[in-house]
Amino acid sequence: MKQLKKLAIAASLAAALAGGLAAPQAFAQAKEQYFPILVYRTGAYAPNGVPWANGFIDYLKLVNAKGGINGVKISFEECETGYATDRGVECYERMKGKNGGATMFQPLSTGITFALTEKAPNDKIPIITAGYGRSESQNGAVFGWNFPLIGTYWMGADVLVQHIAKKEGGFDKLKGKKITLVYHDSPYGKEPIALLQERAKMHGFDLSLLPVAHPGVEQKATWLQIRQNKPDYVFLWGWGVMNSTALKEAQATGFPREKMYGVWWAGAEPDVKDVGEGAKGYNALAMQHGAEPNAKVVKDVLAMVHGKGQGTGPKEEVGQVLYMRGLISAMLSVEGVKKAQERYGKGKVMTGEQTRWGLENINLDQKTLDAMGFGGVMRPVQTSCLDHMGSAWARIHTWDGKKWNFTSDWYQGDEKVLRPLVMLTSGKYAEEKKIKPRTPEDCKK
Amino acid sequence: MLYRENGQFKTTYQADQQIFPIAQDRWGVLLLIAFAFVGVPFLVDEYMFRAILIPFLILSLASLGVNLLVGYCGQITLGAGAFMAVGAYAGYNFLIRVPEMPVLGAILLGGATAAAVGIVFGVPSLRVRGLYLAVATLAAQFFWDWAFLRIKWFTNDSPSGNVSVSNLNVMGFEISSPLSKYIFCLSVLVVFGLAAKNMVRATIGRQWMAIRDMDVAAAVIGIRPMYAKLTAFAVSSFYVGVAGALWGFVHLGSWEPAAFSVDRSFQLLFMVIIGGLGSIMGSFFGAAFIVILPIFLNQFLPVLGALFGMEISTATVSHAEITIFGALIVFFLIVEPHGLARLWSTGKEKLRLWPFPH
Repeated sequence: MKQLKKLAIAASLAAALAGGLAAPQAFAQAKEQYFPILVYRTGAYAPNGVPWANGFIDYLKLVNAKGGINGVKISFEECETGYATDRGVECYERMKGKNGGATMFQPLSTGITFALTEKAPNDKIPIITAGYGRSESQNGAVFGWNFPLIGTYWMGADVLVQHIAKKEGGFDKLKGKKITLVYHDSPYGKEPIALLQERAKMHGFDLSLLPVAHPGVEQKATWLQIRQNKPDYVFLWGWGVMNSTALKEAQATGFPREKMYGVWWAGAEPDVKDVGEGAKGYNALAMQHGAEPNAKVVKDVLAMVHGKGQGTGPKEEVGQVLYMRGLISAMLSVEGVKKAQERYGKGKVMTGEQTRWGLENINLDQKTLDAMGFGGVMRPVQTSCLDHMGSAWARIHTWDGKKWNFTSDWYQGDEKVLRPLVMLTSGKYAEEKKIKPRTPEDCKK
Repeated sequence: MLYRENGQFKTTYQADQQIFPIAQDRWGVLLLIAFAFVGVPFLVDEYMFRAILIPFLILSLASLGVNLLVGYCGQITLGAGAFMAVGAYAGYNFLIRVPEMPVLGAILLGGATAAAVGIVFGVPSLRVRGLYLAVATLAAQFFWDWAFLRIKWFTNDSPSGNVSVSNLNVMGFEISSPLSKYIFCLSVLVVFGLAAKNMVRATIGRQWMAIRDMDVAAAVIGIRPMYAKLTAFAVSSFYVGVAGALWGFVHLGSWEPAAFSVDRSFQLLFMVIIGGLGSIMGSFFGAAFIVILPIFLNQFLPVLGALFGMEISTATVSHAEITIFGALIVFFLIVEPHGLARLWSTGKEKLRLWPFPH
């Protein structure tokens, strides 16, 4: 016992010493654009978090392989959050000031986004939430540092309703229909409710809400209720293991998968892979892109990153849905920096504040996207100071038992429905926080 | 040699009854507090404040509260997270619904609400004890998780159930910089820690301990179990509620019920068990162990790997962190089942005899 104690003391002393000595020299690189990456490679949501993180990092590696952002190399570092808000905040605090300051943060968790929204304005670091986060943060006048680029949950829910209306033959046909929202009981899952209620009022469909507790493996009661109510459609707002569980339960209760529509976080390979044939016919939103194994950018990654043995994660997953989501998120951040360089000096390292200007002035037309290898993957994106989303297009893809196929045309979120809701909610936030919304003059600064 | 009370004669009852009868202890603690107020701000950076010290201070306060109930009164609780949530959400509602409400007032009222709720959920303790009580308090956890997720009024109709506060102002001082937050939390903790230390030495604390050691015997010598148990629940929940309000207001700024999930309850209970049941000092040790160690491991392992020329992936670090953390818990519980606080007092005993142990 005594020896054990001595050993423990010696070990902890050595640890403290080594930590003190080695920490400062571990990260000493100059003139590099620093991208901190919040990831979750462990925990209940890891199956979905891992491909996203791999895509994100592979794209940064690709940019470096091509010579960096106008010559500025990207340095990056991961921090594991495990989808927990307090660990996410700790990671943010740890990384925000490192290596000359963080360029941006992408928390990949609505809970962490909420916490960072309070902190980002003080630190002047943009928070990019491509396809998640709080929907009202589209209003850049109030949420100056949040960027829900190319998709918010309200926009997504709006597209789903439009798609169903089209299937039924017009919005007037929605009257009396029963739609059930099965959602992850967290800020993430609750986001679409406000918009769906608005739409339900407009078109007279009947919306019922069924929450599923974290992490979502217990859904027996939920699907029992669905079997009793017999809704016409089920919207699935799940994440991680909740999605595959929902599909299995749907199979068990015999609810037709063709009438199930997932959000874009419930429409990737990890969600349906285990269910396989049982998920056949299940639809999900595609946040512009789906699985894109044939895109040029994917081929570039395979050739220039994985081909050189520097790939992150398994090669087979390159081009899958969540991998692409991570890749596009990284691309948008890099484009923000690139744009900022146009104004503040090419070949220089941008600060968080300069990057924000870049992100507010992203203008990617189809030609640029095609040239970057994103042809067929996504549509043009144009942001502004007041619109931090930049694009409101989405489509539907369907699982055929083996892969995801696009099964609809493009839809655009309806501004007439979205805008008032965004303005109302962000206005309430501004009032509560005593924020003076930015005017067009402020934006030019 | 250095740490010995020889020659310190107590000539008054007051001197005999003071909190730290040994002069070295007294000066040590005073120096520590002075250092925390004056020295620490010069030594640490923003990251230390925001990510380590502030969470440590707030969770110390919470674990102090749990220790009063579990360690001193012997009533096992698994609902501490819920009482933190009640403190945070009640404080939030007082702040936004009552005009001109000062922040400190809202935090204390949040604690008071948690105390009231604690009494209600403490009622089962009059009938059931031990593990059965733990299950009963677990009900509090699930009930309040449900309430804050479902009842819109509590979250001021926020569409996603998330609430936030900002522009905190305590008696003219703006609580926004990391330093001001640290000093604020530290002041609260010092006041509450002193109160706790005194409470457990006073009538009420002795009643709690009597109930803990044997409640039938305590009742026979004239201690009312109902009064003792419910006051323990009330005081403990007050502490935990204030900690919850601080966690929401000062540390997170914006929170959802998941911040106070059942995991938090377990975490607090583990802090108390590892730190030392029935020891004020132990609450701090436990909080330090649970808050700081995982973060330390998380940052230290990649550095250690780099020393040996290995690159450790994020996932491996995270798995190793959990494994080592778990192993250390088992190790400490085997070496010293009475918690880190007992190791501390053993150390002090040894120091008294040093350098001539018999």
